[in-house]
Amino acid sequence: MKSRIGLTIYLVLLILPIYWLVNMSFKTNQEILGALSFFPNNFTLDNYQRILTDPSWYSGYINSMTYVAMNMTISLLVALPAAYAFSRYKFVGDKHLFFWLLTNKMAPPAVFALPFFQLYSSIGLFDTHIAVALAHCLFNVALAVWILEGFMSGVPIEIDETAYIDGYKFWNFFLKIYIPLIRSGIGVTAFFLFMFSWIELLLARTLTATESQPIQAIMTRTAGASGIDWGLLSAAGVLTILPGIFVIYFVRNHVAKGFALGRT
Amino acid sequence: MSLTLQNVSRVVDGETWISDVDLTLEPGSFNVLLGRTLSGKTTLMRLMAGLDRPTKGKVLMNGVDVTGVSVRERNISMVYQQFINYPNLTVYENIASPLRLAKLDKDTLDRRVRETAEMLGIESMLDRLPLELSGGQQQRTAMARALVKDAQVVLFDEPLVNLDYKLREGLRDELRNLFKARNCIAVYATTEPNEALALGGNTAVLHEGRLLQMGPTAQVYHKPRDIITAEMFSEPPINVVPGEVTENEVTFDQDVHFQLNNDLKMLQPGHYQFGVRASHIGLVPHSDDDLELPVKVDLAELSGSETFLHVRNPHFELVLHLSGVHEYEVDQEIKIYFPTHKLYAFDTQGSLVHSPARLVEA
Repeated sequence: MKSRIGLTIYLVLLILPIYWLVNMSFKTNQEILGALSFFPNNFTLDNYQRILTDPSWYSGYINSMTYVAMNMTISLLVALPAAYAFSRYKFVGDKHLFFWLLTNKMAPPAVFALPFFQLYSSIGLFDTHIAVALAHCLFNVALAVWILEGFMSGVPIEIDETAYIDGYKFWNFFLKIYIPLIRSGIGVTAFFLFMFSWIELLLARTLTATESQPIQAIMTRTAGASGIDWGLLSAAGVLTILPGIFVIYFVRNHVAKGFALGRT
Repeated sequence: MSLTLQNVSRVVDGETWISDVDLTLEPGSFNVLLGRTLSGKTTLMRLMAGLDRPTKGKVLMNGVDVTGVSVRERNISMVYQQFINYPNLTVYENIASPLRLAKLDKDTLDRRVRETAEMLGIESMLDRLPLELSGGQQQRTAMARALVKDAQVVLFDEPLVNLDYKLREGLRDELRNLFKARNCIAVYATTEPNEALALGGNTAVLHEGRLLQMGPTAQVYHKPRDIITAEMFSEPPINVVPGEVTENEVTFDQDVHFQLNNDLKMLQPGHYQFGVRASHIGLVPHSDDDLELPVKVDLAELSGSETFLHVRNPHFELVLHLSGVHEYEVDQEIKIYFPTHKLYAFDTQGSLVHSPARLVEA
């Protein structure tokens, strides 16, 4: 009983900001700035309607989703063979290289913002989706290799050998036998890739201008001339966390293993 | 199709895993690799399979050098100690996998898969996934996949270790029968001397990466080349007692000596190490020349319905292998009977000098 009370308090504290966000998104600006109210008095969908009809708003979501999808595809395509190599083969410097991958996540993105900006501008990639997707690979490929390597090492190498004994060619085996075996690992990896790419603001904002601006950049832009449009921003916020909730639903049973980088 | 290893060695990170092994396996033969954990059985099998390359030496298939040929191009199959199947494929597809890759036509494939499944008693589980089966059935699936293609070499790396005792015995007998009709080379690794004896065929005794002795199983058992081989090929290990032979007597120590019997007469005077199998020492005399020895009990170790009785006298220790469950107090004084006509004699270097004459056992 005691623990249940504690948990309830904890849950309330966790949910409170999200609740407040949802609450605000259904209110008018006047009500938000007025007296404290726990439920919208004048329930309104105007905020959502504006976001979903105004191209300058919804294009932000499309841009974000585009580069996130690109990034997930690239990261997985690169990380799958890389993680397989780390998991199955011994080569000179493998341990150092593996650790070096992780150190990529230690540098703050701000460090890379400037070189990326200059580099992409000079080769004409500035303000494209692929620019952001590639920039995010910097930490996402490393993350994907780490998570996948854990899942892959959980598959006994004898399965690989049995496949070779049976006569499988490598890629045939890899695609037909091996990938299905680490399905859940790939799902979890995809989730983490999504998460990091979706919430990353600095690189995404630095590397885009008008054509491929992510939703977070548009949200910060709105704190502009005529003050802050609280209701509209709240609605945008709600719409931004929805995809995350949607994605996590599919990997809910495997996420804990993902946090342990695939190692049980 | 014979498989020959010529002076094969494998060194990994400076450690010798297999050292200078020379051996030839004949087609249609059943070969047991006997050795303790880390004796190099698995390594040797992987070299035979082509999963690993020897550091030195050659592997010949039917006289053709296949040392560098990849495992995909060799016609072999292997069953591991762990139950290795493709978890995402049904039992049917698991068994069919080597045939599909060999591009067999549909009807032949179906017939072969069903025949093999029937042979191993898993024909009713073809539509299931491997992980839905019991351990024994999973291993049967792995065996079926190994047997469905006509491999020239079939390797079993301790396939029954993870199964329970009863299942192991049954599967072992089946396995032996499955190979009777085949003309392939079967290699079977085990740590258990009893399993080697039950399987028959040839036995190769491995110890620390070296091949100690290879020959028909019974011959290796009855005429081990040296003490280590004898120790490897008996469970519990053969008892070894140093002794001295004089004109007409054998002396183990000041107190224990007996007349040289007919069997041992040819031994020259000098120092020897005498081996006696744990199962040959008894609690009651079996023949007139049995030597009565007073000893103290160290430990009575139960293994199933058998007892390993560890005893000592002031100069040496012995292990007795008794059938039935016997209970003894520690330090209890008992008398045991030492069969003087069933002694192996090894010289001080450990090489066999004499093995007991084999009567037709009643």
